[in-house]
Amino acid sequence: MLQKLKSKRDVENLRKKIVAKREEGKPLVTVCNGTGCHASGSVAVIEAFRQEIGRQELADKVAIKATGCHGFCERGPIVVIQPGDIFYQQVKVDDMPQIVAETIIQGNVIDRLLYVDPATGKKYVHPSEVPFYRSQRRIVFGNNGEIAPDNIEDYIALGGYSALAKVLFDKSPEQVIEEVKKSGLRGRGGGGFPAGRKWESCRNAPGEPKYVIANCDEGDPGVYANRSLLEGNPHSVLEGLLIAAYAIGSHEGYIYVRNEYPLAVENATIAIKQAEESGFLGKNILGSGFDFIVHINRGGGAFVCGESTALMASLEGRVGEPRAKYVHTAEKGLWDKPSNLNNVETLANVPLIINKGADWFTAIGTEGSKGTKIFSLVGKVNNTGLVEVPMGMTLREVIYDIGGGIKEGKRFKGVQTGGPSGGVIPESMLDMPVDFDELTKAGSMMGSGGMIVMDEDTCMVDTARYFLTFLEEESCGKCVPCREGIKRMRQILDDITEGKGEESDIELLERISATLKDTSLCALGATAANPVLTTLHYFRDEYEAHIKDKRCPAGVCKALIQYYIIDEKCVGCRLCEKACPVEAITFMGKKKPVVLDQSKCIKCGICKDVCNLGAVGVK
Amino acid sequence: MVTINIDGQKLEAKEEQTILEVARENGIYIPTLCYNENLAPYGACRLCSVEISKGGRSRIVASCLYPVEEGLEVKTNSPRVVSNRRMIMELLLARCSQNEVIKRLASEMGVEQPPFRPEYWEDEDCILCGLCVRTCEEIVGRSAISLVNRGVNREVAPPFLEPSADCIGCGACAYVCPTGAIKMDDKDGTRVVYASNWKKEFKLKKCKVCGNYWAPEEQLEYIRKKLNLPADFFDVCPNCK
Amino acid sequence: MHKKVAAIINKYDADKGQLISILQDIQAEFHYLRKKDLTQVSDTMGVPLSQVYSVATFFKAFTLKPRGKHLVNVCLGTACHVRGASKVLEQIERSLKVSRGETTSDLKFTLETVNCMGCCALGPVVKIDDEYFGEMNAGKVDSLLAQY
Repeated sequence: MLQKLKSKRDVENLRKKIVAKREEGKPLVTVCNGTGCHASGSVAVIEAFRQEIGRQELADKVAIKATGCHGFCERGPIVVIQPGDIFYQQVKVDDMPQIVAETIIQGNVIDRLLYVDPATGKKYVHPSEVPFYRSQRRIVFGNNGEIAPDNIEDYIALGGYSALAKVLFDKSPEQVIEEVKKSGLRGRGGGGFPAGRKWESCRNAPGEPKYVIANCDEGDPGVYANRSLLEGNPHSVLEGLLIAAYAIGSHEGYIYVRNEYPLAVENATIAIKQAEESGFLGKNILGSGFDFIVHINRGGGAFVCGESTALMASLEGRVGEPRAKYVHTAEKGLWDKPSNLNNVETLANVPLIINKGADWFTAIGTEGSKGTKIFSLVGKVNNTGLVEVPMGMTLREVIYDIGGGIKEGKRFKGVQTGGPSGGVIPESMLDMPVDFDELTKAGSMMGSGGMIVMDEDTCMVDTARYFLTFLEEESCGKCVPCREGIKRMRQILDDITEGKGEESDIELLERISATLKDTSLCALGATAANPVLTTLHYFRDEYEAHIKDKRCPAGVCKALIQYYIIDEKCVGCRLCEKACPVEAITFMGKKKPVVLDQSKCIKCGICKDVCNLGAVGVK
Repeated sequence: MVTINIDGQKLEAKEEQTILEVARENGIYIPTLCYNENLAPYGACRLCSVEISKGGRSRIVASCLYPVEEGLEVKTNSPRVVSNRRMIMELLLARCSQNEVIKRLASEMGVEQPPFRPEYWEDEDCILCGLCVRTCEEIVGRSAISLVNRGVNREVAPPFLEPSADCIGCGACAYVCPTGAIKMDDKDGTRVVYASNWKKEFKLKKCKVCGNYWAPEEQLEYIRKKLNLPADFFDVCPNCK
Repeated sequence: MHKKVAAIINKYDADKGQLISILQDIQAEFHYLRKKDLTQVSDTMGVPLSQVYSVATFFKAFTLKPRGKHLVNVCLGTACHVRGASKVLEQIERSLKVSRGETTSDLKFTLETVNCMGCCALGPVVKIDDEYFGEMNAGKVDSLLAQY
């Protein structure tokens, strides 16, 4: 049972007590247990550590902490060892005895577990030196490495809830709003709307009760930043939500979590329970007289519920249909009452702004976009993971300096930002600073922070088709332009990728796009055409190749490509023959190349997957 | 009261009104499909889209939902409005390529056929305007049918596609349907209310006096119970009373 | 009337706003949403059955049909797509002889897709029950399914 804190001083005293309790120099093994590392086997690694440390009878001398995501997902499982700030990557269960014996007991670094820069061959010991982390500015996400999500003390030790205490006792709601307005904090979920202004209009809107909602319905495919934040540091979101509630005058809130994130739901639930026990939630918080309760609701598996009015509809037990936003949700939202909805990353920034001040925040970022942004850097990039950079860093720096460039040395083609509402940005614009307005000017948008890197083997027409297929499935179906328009665009893109495209298709795509943008009921429809429009704008030659020449230059669109055997490389090992699901490959004798029957081939690509000699080509 | 401007005409409007209401009051035509003045506006068909400008910036909004404000400038037939309206009609026609109501409405707007390949034209009657569902919910109070599934699979249906226990056979849905997707037939003492994917049959009540069948027994029973009327209240039809 | 369903409704104080949470718990209990349970929810909470049915058919999390013993989930997020996830899905569909969203006739596998599981570094990713299988390609599918 946690101690219930009853005043601002109680919080500070508890922090001091926790910090004092933690012995300096006591060995600490931190293992990343975020979903990415989870899938790479971190649970087994943690268990192996416990067993080895138990075997060596060091259980009371060495601490083990399982934390949330450290961000460098490509190199998971990740282990950081103190003292020494030693960063080990791709750690396996079998490495345990050596790590304990050499690093923990003797303090020696194991070279082969260190990160090696593939470009230079240089090894790095400390996380801050690792090129992936070096250029980042991890003011929000960085704390993940210090926090076990099921232990509120870790959060308090870092100064957690001191911002809440400050706000409840030293600031009026109006002062809090002023500070957030001054910081220039803009919504991190996609809209980029100034948070302070939203809070202000909600505070001023007539009606009671008022609701605050934390949106973790992160639906953009390829983005998992919100998830890792809520999983790894749930209290940062909770504290931000509490401060928002105080500023607005709300006493009841919701954290809405995407259904596909059970770990985030679990960790947030634990965090809420511990916050309640400690007196940060409930009645008379810290003795301030301010009451606040929070519920956790899971999404039902609908991308559209990331949209504020659809989200609120689902909180009312209805289907996730958006409604017109001519009257803002800040005035009439959940149950028609004034409601303030913010993305979880937006909220996690709030305690920092309160503690360090708006001026500190505005010193980071660009004129129109202050602070940092967490991006999901994925796709054909070497260093896949979650990165946090100051607004204004260029795409080139993110993809090359932090991301380590393109996988397998291939050529960069484009980076897709903003999810299905965004667009693909070509090589010519790589020096663009990442910033809300710059991305919008380029025809894309910041969105929730997706950065999907694409190379020469990615077909831009197929990419546009992919996003339309996604949106067609996720459309709520209420309004004609979105439901019917996206379907028609997808049909046209299907035809183009199957070699059935016609010259008039492009103009038709543009016409439908214009109506989608102008008349859709909500942002899903209104931005649905962006992937098509940006790929048309920057990669028109690919569309024309598909339509006029019936050719897919990237070698992706099944109907337009052919798999073939590279005779000089084939030794007749029969791997492809055995794997072919339609028996299209015939063995011609030892050391002779096999023969691929094009009439039977279904273009599944398995032969290329299983061939170890690169003897299967695509054209 | 506020003053707004529609197509150059200065008009007076009450503050809670929508652009469409003011337009209709003043005889200005804006096409609609999912709008009915007895129901809350829904904003699904988007046919009522108009171009508004305030302070130099213009955008397209649904006139059935947009609240008027002082100084609002509205254009109901600008090139941008017309091209959007046309595309919406083309999309509807592609979905309901054989429906007479949609074909006529499209023709009036100069849309003779959808610009998409004929093999993708569909043969639906329902345009998913939701008028039937909303009428059943807001006016009749039974919520017997609803909009089910999502996106391109969306359809109007009773729960589990079985005759709904909540449906009283009043036929209000058939009455309000703009395209004839829901029909109602009374024949030989039986009423059938049906659409392409569901139907329900009702026994009609026979008048003790004239012998004519006049309304479903279920519907009368529902009204009788709701208003606490005697058991034999509807045994005689309104004509014979 | 099922006791467990009544208990779930009670847990949420029969709050109409929590309809989705209630249906999620019911589905977790019985593995799919049964007509009698949805009817009980409607009757107990005073929500029209048509609205309960609308909600049950709108959200992808819900299924009105029984699910197979093993849930095969293929990630179709953009990062996985760009690394060839669609080819993996196609091979699974060929192997199991079902399309996405369907269950094999022997009720052994249900095939679903998800738009991003959050392990993009391992893409393409296939999740079977609680286990993740990363760096999949079409060639590895058959041996993976054989493990079950």
